[in-house]
Amino acid sequence: MSDIITNILVCGTGGQGVMTAAEILAQTAIAKGYDVKKSEVAGMAQRGGVVTSHVRFGSKVWSPVITPGTADILVAFEVAEGARWADMLRPGGVAMVNTIRLTPPVVSAGLFKYPEDPVATMRAAGVTVYDFDAGAIARSLGDLRLINTVMLGAIADYLPFPAEDLEEQILGRFRARKPAMVEVNQKAFEQGRTAARERAGGSQKLAANQ
Amino acid sequence: MSAAVQAKAASRLLLSGNEAIARGVWEAGVKVAAAYPGTPSTEMLENIALYPDLYAEWSVNEKVSLEVAIGASMSGARAFCAMKHVGMNVASDAFMTQTLAGVVGGLVVAVADDVGLSSSQNEQDTRFWGRFAHVPVLEPADSQEAYDMVKAAFDLSEQYNTPVILRLTTRVCHVKAMVTVGEKDERAIKGFDITQKRWVMTPNNAKVLLPKQIAREDELRKASEASGLNLVDNGSDTRVGFVTSGPAFMHVRESFPDAPVLKLGFSYPLPVEAIKAFRATVDALVVVEETEPLIENELKAAGLSDIHGKDILPRLGELTPNVLIPAIYRLRGEEPPPATTYPKYEPFPRPPTMCPACPHMGVYYTLSRLRKRVQISGDIGCYTLGAGHPWNALDTTISMGASMGIALGMDKARSEETKDKAVVSVIGDSTFLHMGMQGLLDIVYNRGNVTTLILDNRTTGMTGGQHHAGTGKDLNGQEAPRVDFATLCTALGVSPERIHKVDPYKLPVLFKLIRQEIEIDGPSVIITDRPCVLSEFYGKLTPYRVVDDKCTGCGNCINVGCPAISVSKTEVVKRDGAPDIVKKYTTIDTAMCTGCHMCVESCGPKAILPAQPVAVE
Repeated sequence: MSDIITNILVCGTGGQGVMTAAEILAQTAIAKGYDVKKSEVAGMAQRGGVVTSHVRFGSKVWSPVITPGTADILVAFEVAEGARWADMLRPGGVAMVNTIRLTPPVVSAGLFKYPEDPVATMRAAGVTVYDFDAGAIARSLGDLRLINTVMLGAIADYLPFPAEDLEEQILGRFRARKPAMVEVNQKAFEQGRTAARERAGGSQKLAANQ
Repeated sequence: MSAAVQAKAASRLLLSGNEAIARGVWEAGVKVAAAYPGTPSTEMLENIALYPDLYAEWSVNEKVSLEVAIGASMSGARAFCAMKHVGMNVASDAFMTQTLAGVVGGLVVAVADDVGLSSSQNEQDTRFWGRFAHVPVLEPADSQEAYDMVKAAFDLSEQYNTPVILRLTTRVCHVKAMVTVGEKDERAIKGFDITQKRWVMTPNNAKVLLPKQIAREDELRKASEASGLNLVDNGSDTRVGFVTSGPAFMHVRESFPDAPVLKLGFSYPLPVEAIKAFRATVDALVVVEETEPLIENELKAAGLSDIHGKDILPRLGELTPNVLIPAIYRLRGEEPPPATTYPKYEPFPRPPTMCPACPHMGVYYTLSRLRKRVQISGDIGCYTLGAGHPWNALDTTISMGASMGIALGMDKARSEETKDKAVVSVIGDSTFLHMGMQGLLDIVYNRGNVTTLILDNRTTGMTGGQHHAGTGKDLNGQEAPRVDFATLCTALGVSPERIHKVDPYKLPVLFKLIRQEIEIDGPSVIITDRPCVLSEFYGKLTPYRVVDDKCTGCGNCINVGCPAISVSKTEVVKRDGAPDIVKKYTTIDTAMCTGCHMCVESCGPKAILPAQPVAVE
């Protein structure tokens, strides 16, 4: 195992499943024998605010936080949150963005404006963004909560271990708790993975640290 | 349930610092553990309660939780107490004398500092208490160390006859990292010995103990100098060496992997001689401590004048690599490397909001209608959000239970301008029981003119929904005696006819009641009694929708502040000689709406009607 650290920043808003996604990534890395640290956010952030989780793994991880400018992958469950955290990425890092727009009350009331096109803003800054509607995939499979699995599927080709390891971690959790959900999660994972590949188009696999 | 509860010895698990401490507490043979919830410390007791063979409780406040632990220690049991940093302010009265009296069973107090203020009213450095109370301070840097050090703390406590502070920060409590767990240490309770008079701290008894406490501190200093918890991590790049403690160590190692580091796990008493020896091995020494310059000042007082610390590093917040790296480069006379490639972008703020159907919204919507006539002293909990948009209906938040004392002070210090304003205090159920009752008693006793709103949502909401003496359940979810707030307020001397219970969803009723009570002199209490929507006591109802052709765009429902309601369309109406009117037509997210009907009550044209429950497509 090399001593390079993989840094994944998962972001979104309270209640979207950011913590669960981060936990699954962390558990997969543990199963692969990595040292892992994962930061949690609690307290006031639970109440509809901004939520992030830092997942770091490698042969030995020191700091639990990702230093700005060093994230390999940004997993954004909400598009404006993707733009908010894009500066955390290292040069050549990948932002995997769900295009859903969640409007907070301060925007809805007209105190602030929701940006027209956060993805365009990110691209204009030079960020590599793969954006797609994970919610549409989840809806087509019958359960909006599948967004979590869709997004994990989307980043599965950008990790320093095979996509199947991440998939197995997710399916294993459902096998233990909700066996009826295994098949649909498998589909969600595959469709997320396909969506990301389509968005990446011909560009080469930018796998973290490989 | 945390995987740690079932884990066999030698298992390796991904645990938060709080989960790791819970396992360590159980393995250390603790028999009694107590706490009042507070971010980031809450999960310690929640996890401890999952283990067998020990007693764990939510106490009414941190001082009581420490007293429970003290009583158990006096009885020869190992005892543990957890709190957030501001909890120690409350507990300190008991703590400052217990340090003199000592322990029988090991007594460890875990105090979690919210460095960076993720969910607190201030940022204070618990390490001061070690110096103030003459007790040792251990500072873990991650989950494994938190687990190891809580066990070490019990041994230290018994060996030196002293309570021990386990100082944590948010980055220990709420970071998950790998932990190898061990075996449970079985130990029996010795029982309380009535022949001993050591616990009666009269001046004469205390006087005898003072020199012993000083001698104990000298012994602890020797122990710290020799402790394996303070260790030098060698490095080849001796241009700058670091003295550091807690998670700051991790940030230092991350930033400068080749630098020599003296890591302090047993940080008080400070091992000054060991640090002096380390100083001689490096060109420059930087003390990296979160948050106050305690180590730095002590080293300077001990003659190490040629060191750096807060001259190059901030005195607040986390000392993460993006803070450390530029500071150390500049110290070395080098240009710092560029931090980030992509620019920082701030789309809009996304502050925490109240939940859909939160009963607090009814209270703040009503207070916002009376805004010009009232000054509102607030307290600590979810309802502090009432200070924000769209209610702007809370004027003070200082400390737990402060709303009523502050309200009385406001009442007694009226100006010509404010003499006709009503003074209202707003406090939650758990906070009222924590430290609010005394404030209300003071209002009654001193004939104050204050209307107190007790927002009883039957939980400790902000910390994630813990039980308390007013919920009818205990830490383990078992049935427990439930305090009756109205009876309690009567006992404190509020006239029974000035105590009202009201459903905060019934906005017109609430409005009339508050208006009535603020117009009558003397203390009064209004208790709102809808449960927190995240609690087990909340029942979801049929959601609502906005009928588009009935909505007149008045925006009243938006002012309720519910996150399920949003503006679908705005329209500017020009008026001659008067400011424009902005009409806000609204829509309700039926998937979020739980049918509390507060918005229905705010809607003049009756444009909000029940929707069929919308199943997930």
